[in-house]
Amino acid sequence: MKTCEIIGLKKSFGGNHVLRGIDMHLSAGEVVVLMGANGAGKSTLVKVLCGFHGHDAGTMHLDGVAYLPTDAANAISHGVVTVHQSIDDGVIPDLDVATNLMLNRLTEPGAGVLVRDGALRRAAQKVADNMGLTMDVRTKVADLSVADRQMIAIARAMAYEPKVLILDEPTSSLSASEADRLFSLVDRLRGQGVAILYISHRMSDIRRIADRIVCMRDGEISGMFEQSPLDYDGAVTAMLGHSMTDVDIGVQDGGQPILEIDTLALSRGSAPVSFSARDGEIIAITGLLGSGKSELAEIIFGLQRPKAGQMRIAGRAYAPQNAAQAVAAGVFMSFKDRSTNAVIPDFDIANNMTLPFLRLFSRATVLKGRSQRQAAQDMIRRLGIVCQSDDDGIGTLSGGNQQKVMIGRWLLKGCRVLLLDEPFQGVDIGARRDIGAHIRETAKGRATLVFVAELDEALEIADRIIVLNEGTIAGQHQNRNVDMEALIAQVSGTSGAQPRVNA
Amino acid sequence: MTRETLLTFAIRFGFLILLFCMVIYFSLSANGFASPRSAAFILQSVAITGILALGVTCTLVVDGFDLSIGSVATSALMLSAYAMVILEMSAVTAVLLCLLMGAIVGLINGLLIVKFKVPDLLATLGMMFLLIGLQRIPTQGNSIATGMKLPDGSAAEGAFSAAFLWLGRHRFDLFVEKLVPVPVVIFLITAVVIWVFLELTRHGRLMYAIGSNERAAALVGTNVNRYKIAAYMISGVTASIGGILLAARLGRGDIASGNNLLLDSVAAALIGFAVLGAARANAFGTAIGALFVGILLQGLTMMNAPYYTQDFVKGAVLVLALVFTFYLSAKRSAGGKT
Ligand SMILES: Nc1ncnc2c1ncn2[C@@H]1O[C@H](COP(=O)(O)OP(=O)(O)OP(=O)(O)O)[C@@H](O)[C@H]1O
Ligand SMILES: [Mg+2]
Repeated sequence: MKTCEIIGLKKSFGGNHVLRGIDMHLSAGEVVVLMGANGAGKSTLVKVLCGFHGHDAGTMHLDGVAYLPTDAANAISHGVVTVHQSIDDGVIPDLDVATNLMLNRLTEPGAGVLVRDGALRRAAQKVADNMGLTMDVRTKVADLSVADRQMIAIARAMAYEPKVLILDEPTSSLSASEADRLFSLVDRLRGQGVAILYISHRMSDIRRIADRIVCMRDGEISGMFEQSPLDYDGAVTAMLGHSMTDVDIGVQDGGQPILEIDTLALSRGSAPVSFSARDGEIIAITGLLGSGKSELAEIIFGLQRPKAGQMRIAGRAYAPQNAAQAVAAGVFMSFKDRSTNAVIPDFDIANNMTLPFLRLFSRATVLKGRSQRQAAQDMIRRLGIVCQSDDDGIGTLSGGNQQKVMIGRWLLKGCRVLLLDEPFQGVDIGARRDIGAHIRETAKGRATLVFVAELDEALEIADRIIVLNEGTIAGQHQNRNVDMEALIAQVSGTSGAQPRVNA
Repeated sequence: MTRETLLTFAIRFGFLILLFCMVIYFSLSANGFASPRSAAFILQSVAITGILALGVTCTLVVDGFDLSIGSVATSALMLSAYAMVILEMSAVTAVLLCLLMGAIVGLINGLLIVKFKVPDLLATLGMMFLLIGLQRIPTQGNSIATGMKLPDGSAAEGAFSAAFLWLGRHRFDLFVEKLVPVPVVIFLITAVVIWVFLELTRHGRLMYAIGSNERAAALVGTNVNRYKIAAYMISGVTASIGGILLAARLGRGDIASGNNLLLDSVAAALIGFAVLGAARANAFGTAIGALFVGILLQGLTMMNAPYYTQDFVKGAVLVLALVFTFYLSAKRSAGGKT
């Protein structure tokens, strides 16, 4: 029954004891969800299982036989297949989709020496169709969105016919419909008797997919839930070490308008968008993939030109041509998909955080290392970033903690307009509340726009929620007793007659 | 735990310890190696390569590459000779002309790369061929020296001025009379300037950020194009300084000199990756890398190793350094300071 069993597993990095004796098992045809706060050691456990890291103590068994993978290829040959949290570990950006999907065929012993492109492409097309991937398989992966790359990594993992499938935060960059496709595939594999380990911070994923929940805290197992119905609140308490505080936001109407969006056309032919964001106000902008959320953010930050309309900041015309001009005008933006858009992998925490403001941290262009470090330490404390010190390489942080560094970067200095695009990607539920509270506390003096797909996140942080659909505003709600049905209908565009809101 | 500390120590200091051991070994076994004169000779032999290598370091930092440095240096060599011998200009004018040429070549390289999106290797390779060809055209492929025959039949009247030759030949007194040549001083100054620029200023830090994740650097408001162009301009200017010093040492516009400049300086910059476990281009490492090769060659020469083994030795050092950098730091897994 037990496909994979782990007993007393320990792993340290230097003096940092990350796994302190993990006991758990995975069974055939069961989805185990592993929950834990950022930095609890989930990804480390995954990396030991898939042969990327060695371990210091403990044993692993696969179908009752001792299992000690030497490297990733070896783990795969044992049937242990992993989709990593950091997406770029899973795909080769310079190759096309077909080759990426078929990499396993190319590395299999007995694969021919010559690559037959036609056959490869046809086989890849089959895998792609299976996953509902619609892109041309000849596209270079580097040209795809992060969500597409993630789907490719998942598709390839599924194509290996795994015995144990490990998914480390697979949905963090997927849209709702892509996530649904993933869930139905997971269901299918579960039906085929695959043992699945699934890691996620999204409660909606966990509710949809979990057969059993294992909680981890500070490198130890802190709870296990298998009685149905599963006790989700108990699981959250076990992973955080305390129960979650209810969010209670005192909704503000805001002061003077700061950012005014005036009849902006997000894409050709879409109805104009107008609204104004006020001083101290936090607006959540939500909508499905393709609703115009990203376009709006990129236009405000100067990466795209609007098709029509204009913007004003504090009454003055604002038409940035690039990111540098936007930042100079006091418009800051934290991007989604941090590893492509935000993280400087060669730098430590302090330098990653202070990167946009190096001018402030230097005298006559010479950097003042001490004040850089002080500012970083301060932010590490305020956001609860789990690390050893501010000169840790950013790559040694857990995914969620890297994300906190990227948000902290833009909170170092006051600004007029703060744009946060999916700021909670990979951040655990507890930390999400803390960061949300911090953003709310510091909201005075600026207008804050938070772009999120999850309605939960919008409701937790915003004073006002604006719903976009097909490039235009489908509805607006003050965050007081929101009519959830109307909100959901507006998001999916099924609210009957399209309301023409021009507020 | 102890294995890990040992590994970290090996990565950080291994190369410097190797350098130190080498110096001790040669001092004991090669007569006259441990003397001021021999030290000055080593520095002299690596000064010009070192200056070029520091320039190429700047392009490596922004994740680029400059293949044209060797040809920029030889172009500066020919240009200075042409300016003084044939056009009879002053030393100052000739030097300024060469520096300007280096800056313009760098600017063109940079524009080709950032504006026309030509991959760096191709753009600078093209520039290299262009310059190699161009520098031969004015003299129909001949070297330039005083008294040479001009196309119109007359002889070239101009000459390398004494002030210009001073740049290549003068030696400052230090402990011993007439010890340190001017190019060595210029090399050391360049090394310090580039080091300060890359390590201590915000511009250097942003250049490293661009090299590590260009998109992320651009999205925090960095003017990526400007920094990339600046890197190639620095590389062009340092290469032309190298060419000027070479001309001043030779005292003639020798069309055939400077063949090894490109490969030697790239090797120095790559060896620099291994110094202090930086695993990336850095000015200190580049200077040490250049010295390392110089010391090794001088030591072997003094121990009567034949000259034709030199390239082999350089290659061996380079491979060793690369193993140091990439194999060992890969074992240490994702880490990194700064
Ligand atoms: N290569 C490494 N070197 C040093 N420390 C590391 C390394 N990888 C991980 N760590 C440390 O191990 C701890 C656990 O990290 P891990 O990535 O397993 O967390 P996680 O549970 O996956 O968190 P998240 O939800 O944020 O992804 C962190 O404190 C991190 O700093
Ligand atoms: Mg993780």
